[in-house]
Amino acid sequence: MWSYLVRRIAQAFLILFIITMLCFILTRLSSDPMAEYATRPNMTAADRQAIRDRLGLDQPLPIQYVKWLGLALQGNLGTSFFSHQPVLLMIQQRLPMTLALMGTAEIFTILISLVLGIVSSIKQYSLTDNLITSFSFIGFSMPIFFIALGCIEIFAVQFKAWGLPYLPTGADIWDPKDPMAMARHLVLPVFCLVAITTAGYSRYLRSSILEVLGMDYVRTAHAKGLSQRTVLFKHALRNAILPFVTVVGLDIPFLLGGALVTESIFAWPGMGRLFWEYAQRGDYPVVLGVLLVTSSAVVFFTIIVDMAYTMIDPRIQLG
Amino acid sequence: MSADTTSVPVLDLKSTESADLALTPGQLAWRRFRKHRLAMIGAVGIILLIAFIIIGSIFVPEKSANTGDLTVRLLAPSAGHPFGTDSTGRDVFDRIIYGGQISLFIGLLAVTLAVSLGTVIGATAAYFGGWVDSVLMRFTEAMLAIPSLFLLIVLAKFLGKDIPTISVLGRTFSGSVGIVILVIGLTSWMFLARIVRANVLSLKELDYISAAKALGASSPRIFFSHLVPNTLGPIIVAATLGLASAILTEAYVSFLGLGVQPPTATWGNMMDQAQSFILQGVWWMWVFPSVFIVVTILCINLLGDGLRDAFDPRSGRKNI
Repeated sequence: MWSYLVRRIAQAFLILFIITMLCFILTRLSSDPMAEYATRPNMTAADRQAIRDRLGLDQPLPIQYVKWLGLALQGNLGTSFFSHQPVLLMIQQRLPMTLALMGTAEIFTILISLVLGIVSSIKQYSLTDNLITSFSFIGFSMPIFFIALGCIEIFAVQFKAWGLPYLPTGADIWDPKDPMAMARHLVLPVFCLVAITTAGYSRYLRSSILEVLGMDYVRTAHAKGLSQRTVLFKHALRNAILPFVTVVGLDIPFLLGGALVTESIFAWPGMGRLFWEYAQRGDYPVVLGVLLVTSSAVVFFTIIVDMAYTMIDPRIQLG
Repeated sequence: MSADTTSVPVLDLKSTESADLALTPGQLAWRRFRKHRLAMIGAVGIILLIAFIIIGSIFVPEKSANTGDLTVRLLAPSAGHPFGTDSTGRDVFDRIIYGGQISLFIGLLAVTLAVSLGTVIGATAAYFGGWVDSVLMRFTEAMLAIPSLFLLIVLAKFLGKDIPTISVLGRTFSGSVGIVILVIGLTSWMFLARIVRANVLSLKELDYISAAKALGASSPRIFFSHLVPNTLGPIIVAATLGLASAILTEAYVSFLGLGVQPPTATWGNMMDQAQSFILQGVWWMWVFPSVFIVVTILCINLLGDGLRDAFDPRSGRKNI
């Protein structure tokens, strides 16, 4: 157990090393961080060279990487070229907003897909099941911007035109400290995220419940004369839900990365939009900072999920 | 089958069941696939879509899809322009036809790249084991730990600088088509690599591989003529479902403005151009391309699901 954990953690650091090196090379070479200064009229070539020297932009790439990594290990992710704020502070500001959006969406997604998965598996091939299956297939095949643009068209544009109370799209200015304003602005993006993610989750749950319902011990439970409800909730569901728990658990760290497209469409100030805005400007300290935070969460959370899994399901042995 | 065997055990070999015994695994898969109603709907849908974008391009010149007439910009659907016109006066119907060709073309090539990479990396890791396996799998895990859109954007920014236009078969494409294919292909091979690795790991313990080794077969020969063909089922299924996600990814990349550059149309960049007109109520610019995206992906997913059931009847329908 302990040697397994030590090995996994060592692997995790190796993986993070690969990720940071790959991303550093790709982002550092893809754009010139000095491009922003190139058009400033009151700046001479000598000034620009002075900044380049101070930032070490002319040093060989491996040295720049090692310097960045050294600072990152001390918790210093550098300063944004564009906003001149420390990257860590920018991430700290965006994280609560991302968690508000993604957390709300994830909770609704889990609850709704539990209900849909259970209903469609115990009523397999019924009209209800076919309807749920059709909707989840469509949801699974849909880019999120389709449903997002559709929601804006219906609930913002048309509702406004019809004189109904309409939902905000994010195009307006609002105070994030006002809980009511926040709730109003959460409705549409959360709805879109839930609609898309529920499709996959409920399908997954349905097939794992069906698999368990076909097992011998479930038949035995039926043969003992137990009620449908007891068989389902006390016997079948406990086993059927295990793979679902893993899938959800492995998805949770990805919530930190936010939802780039949804956040952009609805102008939600989350991590995804932070990444996107600064990636467009080639502001590599911010890009690398967001990448490091999200992928570290993914790598270490995977280990936690694997360890937790052996506690939920004692049949699993760690190799 | 069980009812048959218990009632007429002796005659069973001559009854219809005996036909099963003579069928190859491929024929059995085809038989299961044909009975899969949803998969057949998906297959027919894809054939119709392909027919639409090929036959359409015979009647509609590419010029009318790519060059606009500013006097007729933002027209609602009418008899002359069944899907309306966009912000630069281009006909949306014509752009759907040519955009569909590019979207499907990108999807197919990107999947080919991803499947080749995934198969080679997965099979190499499993077959050679040891440090080769460790290096390749850590790299795969690293790629998987980066949120996929972040990875796409980083790679798209890296590859997409100044790209010349390319001319193929008398048509000119924005060079960004090639970049998008590379970006999607290079970021979507990881799951397949894991599937192939797991498959080859279990296959290489089987006796026929030892037999092939004993007969003196070389590594490449065992690799390509024994291991890879036997893991073809999961590869075909992953490729089909991968095509759906590649077309979806193209839409996302283009929607973010990192994809194929105008005037070349794709369903994704049509959505991107529509985004800024949505609050003005110009619904036809985004509804038509997105309906085509959703229907295409739905059909491919249905087909892929049917193929999964056909190749492995025990698999159920996981991962959906």
